[in-house]
Amino acid sequence: MADFEPRIVAFLCHWCTYTGADLAGTTRQQYPPNIRVIHLMCSGAVDSIYILKALIDGADGVLIGGCHPGDCHYQTGNYKARRRVAILKGILTQMGFTDDRIWLRWISASEGKLFADTVTRMTEELRKMGPNPMKQLWNA
Amino acid sequence: MAKQTVLKVSEGRTEETLKVFLRSLLEKGVIHSLLIPKRLPSGDGFVQSLIHSPDKMDGTSVLSMTMPVQSARIASNLSIKNLHKRVGAVLKACEIRAIVELTKFLQVKLDNLILIGVDCPGTFEVSDFAKMVLEGKDGERLTQEILKNMEKGEPASPQGYAFRTACQICEYPIPAADIHIKLFGYRAEEAIGLEIGEKLEKELEEKGISFSSEDQLPSRKDVVDKVVAERSKKRDLAFQEFRSVVKDLPSFLDRFSTCIRCHNCMVACPICYCKECVFRTAVFEHEGDQFLRWADRKGGIRMPTDTLIFHLIRMSHMVTSCIGCGLCDSACPSRLPVATLFRSVGDKIQKMFHYVPGRDVQEVPPVATFREDELKIESGAL
Repeated sequence: MADFEPRIVAFLCHWCTYTGADLAGTTRQQYPPNIRVIHLMCSGAVDSIYILKALIDGADGVLIGGCHPGDCHYQTGNYKARRRVAILKGILTQMGFTDDRIWLRWISASEGKLFADTVTRMTEELRKMGPNPMKQLWNA
Repeated sequence: MAKQTVLKVSEGRTEETLKVFLRSLLEKGVIHSLLIPKRLPSGDGFVQSLIHSPDKMDGTSVLSMTMPVQSARIASNLSIKNLHKRVGAVLKACEIRAIVELTKFLQVKLDNLILIGVDCPGTFEVSDFAKMVLEGKDGERLTQEILKNMEKGEPASPQGYAFRTACQICEYPIPAADIHIKLFGYRAEEAIGLEIGEKLEKELEEKGISFSSEDQLPSRKDVVDKVVAERSKKRDLAFQEFRSVVKDLPSFLDRFSTCIRCHNCMVACPICYCKECVFRTAVFEHEGDQFLRWADRKGGIRMPTDTLIFHLIRMSHMVTSCIGCGLCDSACPSRLPVATLFRSVGDKIQKMFHYVPGRDVQEVPPVATFREDELKIESGAL
């Protein structure tokens, strides 16, 4: 397992977390290169199909980054994303998939450090968990 | 306040008495047309029919024993565009609950729909019912028998047959309707209960449709409670059994290994209303090389692909509103327990939001709303 490098697919909202990731870069924060970022306009645009497709097709974890509650550029997109993620995680738990591989986090445009820390922590956690079993199901 | 009355049954002919009442709604112009199940000429099944002319009521059946389609879909077709006259619809409790959900999603307009709900003893699979009729357990006699047993809350299926699984575990046998036909707790050959909602109470009076008396049988509550309790017990057992079989994703895929990806469960589902469904788009028309990449990465893959994502995504889209009609079960050619899956998973998800689908049109479905102070990230729900 020593050479296992987790692969994280991240769906980041344009107004907060994506800009926060940008800030992490411009302020030269170091974080693991295990993350692949997909730029969306709002965390509320994340359908559960994006998350599952990523997990079934090879990701070890999915990070959804949005504005802090109350700060959504579109007023309520992040609150809706939160319910959607909770529903999906609830379903997966019911189906016996209890791994904590889907992270929803609020990271604002000014929190470059928090973004770097989050990615670092998530990479560590996933490394501990090992490869995502869902991506290996031959009959999925 | 809704008006509680009793419909006296003449000569023990319950269905006939109900038909006379419904016909009067057509004749007195309360409704323009009536959506009601009609017995097939062969006698071995029912179909929904839209009847305008009162003399075409022959063969209709208020207590049809099958549910070939979810009438919420028909109600959507009827009402969503330009329905300018009133239609009465004779519906089962789960059909009304699906209509309530579709109304919230703006797929049904209730303005010109009069919902006529009937206490539900349960329904049979279409093929089972046809077989019963073939074996001489004639439909009308069967209906009589079941009506009789509803008085004590013990509707029984004929020997060797069972109500649909979804019906056996349905704890919502009592519809919330504009006109509610009550059968549980009533001696159907003598009288049945009628509740006329506010929407129609005055109008029926003005149009001269009157009823014999105003009372409610005291025993009804006990009977209804008993039915609900029994079914709830069966429901919990079914959930328990299902959860012991489906413990994780591999055991789920084992159980669902015969899924042929026909999407019938989706087509039959009243809640799956999207005009353009993602499963019917190019998203799932993979390139040949994509299949090879999967096979390469995993060593080999099952064909056709996408079983897991289909069921999980369908669930994540509709499970908060699943009313448990079980038409997905009936539609599955591989006889997979899809209804139990959706109900069992849905139960917990719905409870997460204290939501009961189909209860009240005023409630907002969980996917369309939120509370600011819920689901904190620290709570572990995310």
